[in-house]
Amino acid sequence: MNLFRNVVFVAAIAGLVAGIALACMQAYATVPLILKAEVYEKAGGGHHHDHAANTGTSPAMSSAEPVGNAMSSAVPASTEAAAPTEDEGWAPADGFERFAFNVVANIVTGIGFALILVAVSEFAGGIGSWRQGVFWGLAGFAVFTLAPGLGLPPELPAMPAAELLPRQIWWISTVAATAVGLGLIAFRKSLPLAILAVVLIVAPHVVGAPQPVSFETAIPEGLHHQFVVAVTLTDLVFWLVLGAAVGVVRGRFTGTSTSLRDSFA
Amino acid sequence: MNTASVSLGASVSSQSRIMQLALAALLGIFVVGFVGFSHIDAVHNAAHDYRHSMAFPCH
Repeated sequence: MNLFRNVVFVAAIAGLVAGIALACMQAYATVPLILKAEVYEKAGGGHHHDHAANTGTSPAMSSAEPVGNAMSSAVPASTEAAAPTEDEGWAPADGFERFAFNVVANIVTGIGFALILVAVSEFAGGIGSWRQGVFWGLAGFAVFTLAPGLGLPPELPAMPAAELLPRQIWWISTVAATAVGLGLIAFRKSLPLAILAVVLIVAPHVVGAPQPVSFETAIPEGLHHQFVVAVTLTDLVFWLVLGAAVGVVRGRFTGTSTSLRDSFA
Repeated sequence: MNTASVSLGASVSSQSRIMQLALAALLGIFVVGFVGFSHIDAVHNAAHDYRHSMAFPCH
């Protein structure tokens, strides 16, 4: 398990670096917008943010859910007040605890994404330098942020959305199809396969992401747009840092600063 | 060591190599899936801001 151990080692360091970088960017760029949106959410009585309805644990709530925001005032205040405390369970306290959990989530998933990136790139000869890593990072950004973000744009709390599970299935399918598509374009020098790749990349968007019944929301359009830009850019920097970090750490680890291959294709 | 010197897994058989890389990728998918997609309420709440900030489907 020599190779496995090395992959985990490189991924852990690169993921730690990129995760901390992303957590810092989020604290500055995205989390303040989430907190702003939660003000609207609380003012609106918690509609749509009530994920208990989406996970099906509260059938009484879910029946009122698809009608949209217009219904929020009509929902009895007692159920709104009672449901969150019963169904949402433990949550980190606002302030430092919430920040700390976000940092942990960033680092853990940073290492998770790094494991995927390192493992996949090793099949193609490995990321030999920070510059190659940047290109791999661009691919990661396209696969994990750009493609699913087209159908399911980053959303703020209190925004209307379709049922959770179909969205998760669409998200994962889109990521998989885009990853295979980009892989075919980059590593198979064949026109039919390149055409198949384009089909794979386009197909999820032809099928279409699950959309909410109504797009009506208390969240101002400007706030949401700002959030989409912030999420997309912070994720882009995360992936570039992750790819570059993998290149640097891997180079140190193998003890060779050689340019493995000048082209990744 | 001609190509192995620039590889993370020096001198492992190709089958073992594929297995180990696949295992690493699966571990990564599991970690991201658990933090980003788990329906457990406590996990969702702990990683709430992260899920929104990564545009994972949430709520």
